[in-house]
Amino acid sequence: MIFSLAVYGAPFSCQASDSAYQFACALLKQGHSLHRVFFYHDGVYNGSTLAIPPQDERNIPASWSQLAEEHELDLVICVAAGLRRGMLDATEADRYEKPAHNLEQGFTLSGLGQLVEAAMISDRMITFGN
Amino acid sequence: MTDTTKKQAPNPKKLLFLNRKAPYGSSLPREALDAVLMASAFGQQVTLVFLGDGVFQLKTQQDPSEIEMKNFSKTFAALELYGVSSIFVEQSSLQKRGLTLDQLLIPAKLIQPHELTELLEEQDQVLSF
Repeated sequence: MIFSLAVYGAPFSCQASDSAYQFACALLKQGHSLHRVFFYHDGVYNGSTLAIPPQDERNIPASWSQLAEEHELDLVICVAAGLRRGMLDATEADRYEKPAHNLEQGFTLSGLGQLVEAAMISDRMITFGN
Repeated sequence: MTDTTKKQAPNPKKLLFLNRKAPYGSSLPREALDAVLMASAFGQQVTLVFLGDGVFQLKTQQDPSEIEMKNFSKTFAALELYGVSSIFVEQSSLQKRGLTLDQLLIPAKLIQPHELTELLEEQDQVLSF
């Protein structure tokens, strides 16, 4: 079965990101495919490479990044929601003349159309957060 | 009605957007509406349901200027241009908040909980906001 996930919750603030990550791991383990994880609303913070949780705690952005590398996942941060909240890749940092960018490896910024496309393509679209 | 914005996709999916939050305590309602417009621009069969405090999103005469928020409720008027007419409000949610249909910005149909269950079952996807 083809799944896509929509994540609206900020990491380390609510359970949404952890649940989404664990759900993603579980569905991949069972042999399903994950078309896309779309990060929207406060979920965009899942892609911050600047998050520094204590060493004995899970690092959510790094976990996503590793999972994406292992399974060639499409981790998309909504560009409009992301820019508002200070989630920038190198291109956007350059465009808006900001001194830094902070997108974790494996994440990309793209439009809201990616959420709709995921809903069209997938057998199941699961929302996490709020 | 002339409709230039809506392109019908070859195999449109039935996408239901569930709106559960009051309009300004969170940015999620505004972001949900953006997603609704995007889905209809993609030619999908879009349905909106307003439930719980979500019914406040449709209240007329919103003015959040004093809390420095944009009045995004004006955007609901665009739904007609996008060809979105399947709009439902859960009856008891509206009633419990002392509201009636004529206090809403756009034409909406009342829906009972058991009808909502049926409506949800008909969908390809439910996007909850």
